[in-house]
Amino acid sequence: MDQQASLLDKLFATGLLVETGVQGLYGRSGVFEDVIARFDALVSRLGAFQKAEVLRFPPAMPRAWFERSGYLKSFPNLAGTVHAFCGNDQDHAALLECVAAGDDWTGGQKATDIVLTPAACYPLYPVIARRGALPEGGVTFDLQSYCFRREPSSEPTRQQLFRMREYVRSGTPEQVQAFREEWMDLGQKLIAMVGLPFTVDVANDPFFGRAGRMMKMTQREQALKFELLVPVNSEENPTACLSFNYHQDHFGKTWGIETADGAVAHTACVGFGLERVALALFRHHGLDVTEWPAPVREALWGTE
Amino acid sequence: MTADIRELISKHGNLSVDVATLADEADLYAAGLSSFASVQLMLSIEDAFDIEFPDRMLNRRSFASIAAIQACVDELTADRKAA
Ligand SMILES: [Zn+2]
Repeated sequence: MDQQASLLDKLFATGLLVETGVQGLYGRSGVFEDVIARFDALVSRLGAFQKAEVLRFPPAMPRAWFERSGYLKSFPNLAGTVHAFCGNDQDHAALLECVAAGDDWTGGQKATDIVLTPAACYPLYPVIARRGALPEGGVTFDLQSYCFRREPSSEPTRQQLFRMREYVRSGTPEQVQAFREEWMDLGQKLIAMVGLPFTVDVANDPFFGRAGRMMKMTQREQALKFELLVPVNSEENPTACLSFNYHQDHFGKTWGIETADGAVAHTACVGFGLERVALALFRHHGLDVTEWPAPVREALWGTE
Repeated sequence: MTADIRELISKHGNLSVDVATLADEADLYAAGLSSFASVQLMLSIEDAFDIEFPDRMLNRRSFASIAAIQACVDELTADRKAA
């Protein structure tokens, strides 16, 4: 059995994750959730100086916002849309017959006006734009959401529904770049505090198809995305636990976000993959949290 | 001949100026070529010349000017002309 399957098996065996029969769709135990909550709180303590505005969205967004965001240009294969039954009694009977016979019953399902959130910051940009021009110093937001990506995998670090904590900055290019610089530094301090080995490297998003080849290369060339990587499944393919993204004027242009001077606003975000960080902690410090090194326990739980 | 490339740029480049006014060496990004438009341009060039850009050419430099694009196309079709 390969090492990837065995980490997932151990997580199932200890009950930290709960198997559902679908790859990347798992239940979480109380202990697992506590680790996530403690790390989330640590991020809040580290980021408190920003006085960021806290917003929380459910793990879905309006389809109209999703369409305008441009996500379909880059990642059509990862999106999850919400469909629903819209028929009458007759259609209902036909549906139940299909289910009973084991036939496909989904053909009549119609797309709703809701799409699953692909990244925690996607519902934010139209909300910023709606408020009008940014204040002089720009804005900073604090987000956390379950996100969906259609990429079934046997690696526990690649889940289809997972939580992403984010800080998002919008303002002038200088404000936004300074924010990303600062978080690349703070992110490393954060991961060192919880005793994990890491590297930071330039990265690209998994852009789809032929067009995606060039988008990957230019994203790297312009160093628009960095990742903080921790070995979890293997040393050779470490897992991106944090990402530092500079979108330039992409969302500013898409949504019409303006700086105080009326220029197109730039945006950047730092994302914390909460399940991935938790899995890295279990992988490096063991499956029993009471046995974790004292400095790590203190960073997460304080001196109880 | 840069005529074919100029036509593809006017179709897919979404520039803020008329392609006819641009010199072969002019900076296309300064003329308004967005990263999304440069990807569409790349795909249209692949189709028009029946070539595939290798990874080493998939960068901003390759699409920075009409001359730069022509140089890439020439290199990728060189063996065809020789044959
Ligand atoms: Zn984001």
